[in-house]
Amino acid sequence: MKCNRLVDAGRRQFLRGGVLGVAGVAAASVLPAAPAKAEIALARVAYPSNRVGNLKDLKVDEPVDIAYPDDNSPGILLKLGKPVEGGVGPDGDVVAYSVLCPHKGFPLSYHAADKTLNCPGHYSRFDTENGGQQVWGHATQNLTQFELRVDDAGDIFAEGADELIYGRLSNVLQA
Amino acid sequence: MAYKRRIDRLPIIPADAKEHNVTCHYCIVGCGYKAYTWPLNKQGGTDPGQNKFGVDLSQQQQALTPNWYAPSMYNVVKQDGRDVHLVIKPDADCVVNGGLGSIRGARIAENRRSDITGSQQQRLTEPMVWRYGTWQPTSWDDALDLVARVTARVIDKDNENDLLVSMFDHGGSAGGYENTWGTGKLYFGAMKVKNCRIHNRPAYNSEVHSTRDMGVGELNYAYEDYGLTDTLFLIGANPIETQTNLFLNHMLPGIQNGARVVVVDPRRTVTINACEEAAGKDKVLHLQIASGSDLALFNALFTEIVAQGWVDSDFIKASTFQGDIAVPEDSAHPAALGSFEAAVAACHLSLDDAAAICGVAAADIAKAAAWIAEPKGGARRKCVTAYEKGIIWGNDNYRTIGALVNIGLATGNIGREGGGVCRLGGHQEGYMRPSDAHVGRPAPYLDQLIIAGQGKVHHIWANDHYKTTLNAAEFKRTYARRTNMVKEAMDARAGATREEMVDAIVSAINAGGLFSVDVDIIHTQIGQAAHVILPAVESGEMNLTSMNGERRMRLVEKYMDGPGASKPDCMIAAAIAQNLERVLREEGRNDYADQFKGFDWASEEDAFMDGYHANTGQIVTYDRLRAMGNNGVQEPVTGFEDGKLVGTKRLYADGKFDRHGRDDKLALFCLGTWRGLQAPGKEQQRANHRFLINNGRANMNWQNWFLDQKNDFVMDRFPVPFIQIHPDDMASLGLKPGDMVEVYNDVGATQALAYPEPTARANETFMIFGAPSGTQGNVVNAGVNELILPNYKQTWANIRKISDATPAAQRVSYKSWEVEL
Ligand code: FES
Repeated sequence: MKCNRLVDAGRRQFLRGGVLGVAGVAAASVLPAAPAKAEIALARVAYPSNRVGNLKDLKVDEPVDIAYPDDNSPGILLKLGKPVEGGVGPDGDVVAYSVLCPHKGFPLSYHAADKTLNCPGHYSRFDTENGGQQVWGHATQNLTQFELRVDDAGDIFAEGADELIYGRLSNVLQA
Repeated sequence: MAYKRRIDRLPIIPADAKEHNVTCHYCIVGCGYKAYTWPLNKQGGTDPGQNKFGVDLSQQQQALTPNWYAPSMYNVVKQDGRDVHLVIKPDADCVVNGGLGSIRGARIAENRRSDITGSQQQRLTEPMVWRYGTWQPTSWDDALDLVARVTARVIDKDNENDLLVSMFDHGGSAGGYENTWGTGKLYFGAMKVKNCRIHNRPAYNSEVHSTRDMGVGELNYAYEDYGLTDTLFLIGANPIETQTNLFLNHMLPGIQNGARVVVVDPRRTVTINACEEAAGKDKVLHLQIASGSDLALFNALFTEIVAQGWVDSDFIKASTFQGDIAVPEDSAHPAALGSFEAAVAACHLSLDDAAAICGVAAADIAKAAAWIAEPKGGARRKCVTAYEKGIIWGNDNYRTIGALVNIGLATGNIGREGGGVCRLGGHQEGYMRPSDAHVGRPAPYLDQLIIAGQGKVHHIWANDHYKTTLNAAEFKRTYARRTNMVKEAMDARAGATREEMVDAIVSAINAGGLFSVDVDIIHTQIGQAAHVILPAVESGEMNLTSMNGERRMRLVEKYMDGPGASKPDCMIAAAIAQNLERVLREEGRNDYADQFKGFDWASEEDAFMDGYHANTGQIVTYDRLRAMGNNGVQEPVTGFEDGKLVGTKRLYADGKFDRHGRDDKLALFCLGTWRGLQAPGKEQQRANHRFLINNGRANMNWQNWFLDQKNDFVMDRFPVPFIQIHPDDMASLGLKPGDMVEVYNDVGATQALAYPEPTARANETFMIFGAPSGTQGNVVNAGVNELILPNYKQTWANIRKISDATPAAQRVSYKSWEVEL
C-alpha cells in the first residue's frame, strides 16, 4: 500500500546541504559610480520560460523530476489522469509543483494512492489535485504550483510560480 | 483551487533592522520568534553585508534555514506612528522551538492589523456606545463614564452580586501578568466580585482542582523531560496539533531516542500517526477507550501497577501522606484525599472490569501498566504523563485527574528527570490576581445565573461565550433577549441626557434586562449584544509577560502600535476603576470610592511592577527579563545572580509538595471510585442519540478563530467548521464530502461540513470546537461536575443533511490527514 518513492531531485537537494552554482543570475556588472540614478526594477520577478518535458513522456502517477526556475528549485511534473483546475495538456491533467516543503524545506514525496505530496520533516501533506492545498500540516502557505504551457509539439514549458518557493526571498534568484 | 498569495518576492531585512523578542502568543508552548522592523523606504540586499542574516541571499537556502521567511511572516504596520516593514520569524536560538514555526505562530505577522496591506481590518479602533439603534464611535471618556455610571448604580460596598464578570485568566494574546493583574485588582481588589467566570468555562474555578488539592501543581516538569524519558503517557491530548512544537521539538526527539508512547484517546489522532511514523507501530500503544471511561482505565492501571509491585515505596513513605483520610469527600471535594493505602482500597478495579467499561483489551491495559511503571534494570522507569482537555473537559474531571496523579505519585515520577504529571495547556499562563477565595467553592455557575435572569451589568473581557460556552443555544437566546431589553430602552430615549439615559438603562435592567460591556480586540459575536464596546490591544502592541507549559517566563517586547485608540486591558481596567471612583465620589459614596484608589499606572510596566513584581519577591523586572531574551527564565524565579535571573527547572525536585498549602508538604492520593458518566443528562443523551460528537481543536484554527476568521489561508481550507465522520456512516446518512449537516439533540443544533475520516469508529464523530459559523457548544448540555467544570467532550446527537456543500466548501480537499511516506 505504501509508496515510499522519494522524489529524487528533492532528496538530492536536501542531502546536499551545500549550494551549487546558481542558474539564472544576471552577470555581475559594473555600475557607474556617479551620478546616483535609481535602477529601474520591475514590479514582479521576470520568470524564464523553461522546457520541462514532453507530453509523450508522461505516465499517470509517475512524477518526473524537474527544476524550475533554476536548478536549485526542484519540482515534479505530474500527469494525474483526470482533469483538474490549472491542469494542462489534452486531458487537462498535467501539473507541476515545487517539492520543497513550504514549512521547512524538506523534500516531498508522492503518494499515488491519494495523489498527495507528503513531507518526512514534520508530516505535512499537500493535494496535487487541488492546487497544492495543504491537506494537513505546518506550512503557512499552500504548495507552490508552477504555471505550465504546452506547445504544438507537446513540449511543456514552465513559466511562472504562484507562491514563494521555500528557501529564497525571490522566486527568481538575483544578486 | 487552493488559495495562493501570489507573492513572488519579499523585502529583505536590512542589517540594521530593529530586533524585538517575541513569544508566540497563541498556544501554551510559547515558541520564540523575532520581530524585525525597518523603515518603509529602506530595504536590505542579497549581499551578506546588506542583510540581517549576514549571508548571500542570492543563493537558495537549505532545509531548516533560519535565513528565510514566508509571506505569512511579513506585513507593514505602524510603529510610533510611522509605517514600517515587519517580519516575525521563528527564533532558531530559542530552546522551546529551536527555530520551528507552527501554522499559527508563523502567521503572527500576517494577522497584525495593517492599513497598508489591509490585513485584520476587523480590529476595533475606537470605543463604541449603543446610540440611535447601532454602535457609534466615541471617546474613552464618554464610553467609560457611561460604564461607570451604570455599574455604580448596581454595586454597593457589601454587595456586588449584580455585577457579573467574564474575564480571561490566561497569558498570551490578550492576557499576561499585566492584564490579569489589572482586571484582578479591579474585580477582586477594589471589589469582591463573586459572580464571575473564566473565558472557557462557566465559573471562576480551577480546571485541575484535584491535582492542586493533592499538592501537585499541574505544570511541574521541564520540556526537556520528554527527551530524557522512557515512556510518554499522553491522555486526552493531541500535541502535534495543539502544542505543535512541543511535540516536534521535544516529544519527537524523545520518541526517536527510543521512548515508548501510550496514548489514551477515543479517537485516532494525527499525533498517534506521527508517533507511529517516528517510532514504529510496536513502540506506540493506543488505548482507544470508550468516551468518558478514563477514570476506570486509570484506576485499573493503578491497581495493576500496585499488584505488580512497581511502586516507589521510599518516595511514597517520604513524600506522601501517611494514615487514612486527610480530606473527606464533601461539596468542595468530589472525592476524598488521603494515603496511598486508602487510595489502593478505594480505586481498586480489575483489568477485566476496566476492559469491559473502557472497551479495550485487558492485555493492553496490562501492557500499558508495564510501559508506564515496570522498572528498567532495577531503576525507576521514567515516564512523563501529559494530559489536556480530553479529561479536563471530560467526564468526572476531579476524580479522573486525581487518578492520573495517583499513578505518578505511586511510581515516584513527579519532580524527577524524565518524569512529571502535567497538563499540556491551551493558552499560555500569566495569572496574578488578588485572592479569589471570596468566590467560594463550588463557584457560582455564571451562565445559569444569566439564564435564570440574575445580574444586571455584565463586564466581558476577551470572552466570546456565543462561540465557546456550553449550553450555548439557550445562553444566546437568553442573553440576546435580556440585552435587547436594554437596547430598546436606550433607543426609546434617544436624545436624552446622560442622567436620563442612565435612568432608562437602570429601569430596563430592573425589569430583567442586562447591560453589557465588552472589552475585546474585535467585534465578537457576544459583542453584538453589547451596549459599550472597548478596544484592547494584544501581544506586540504592548509589552506583555507570560509563562509557557514548563513555566518559562518571557517578555514580548512591543514592536508596533495598537490599532487606533485601543489600549492594554490593564490600562482599561485602571480607567474603569478611576471612573468608578470619580462617579462614586460625585454620588457622595466616599468610603466605597476609596476602594478604587491605586490604579494610577502610566503604562503596562507599572501594572507589572504593582502586580507580579511586588507579589513574587520583587526580583523580576522588564529590564531583567528582556536581557534573558526568548529563553527567559523558568518560574518560580528565586534570585538574580551575575546579571541573570535564576529560575527553577522542575518543581518538587526535593520531594516536598505544597500546592495544597499543607504545612507537612506531603502529597495526597485521590480516592476516586469509578461512577459512570457523572454529569447530569449525559447518560440520557447517550441513550437517545446515535452519534458521539467528540470535539476539540485542530492545528490550523486557533481557539475561536477570532483572527483566523479574517485570514484567507485559513478560511480557504475550512470555510465552515468540519465534522469528521466514517465514510460508512456518511453513506448511511446520504452524505457526500463537504455536505452541510445539522447536528441536533435535546439542547440545541449546529452545523458543520462532513469530512470523511476512515479511521473514525462507527457512530463516533469529531467536530471542531469554537468555530464562528457552527458553534459546537450549541449541542453540549448544561451538565457540569460538582465544581462546575464543563463536560464538553461527552456529547451525543443526531446528524442529518441540510444542504449540499457550500460553494466554498466544494473547493476544498477531503483527503486523509495521515501522512504517507
Ligand atoms: S518541512 Fe515539511 S512539514 Fe516541516
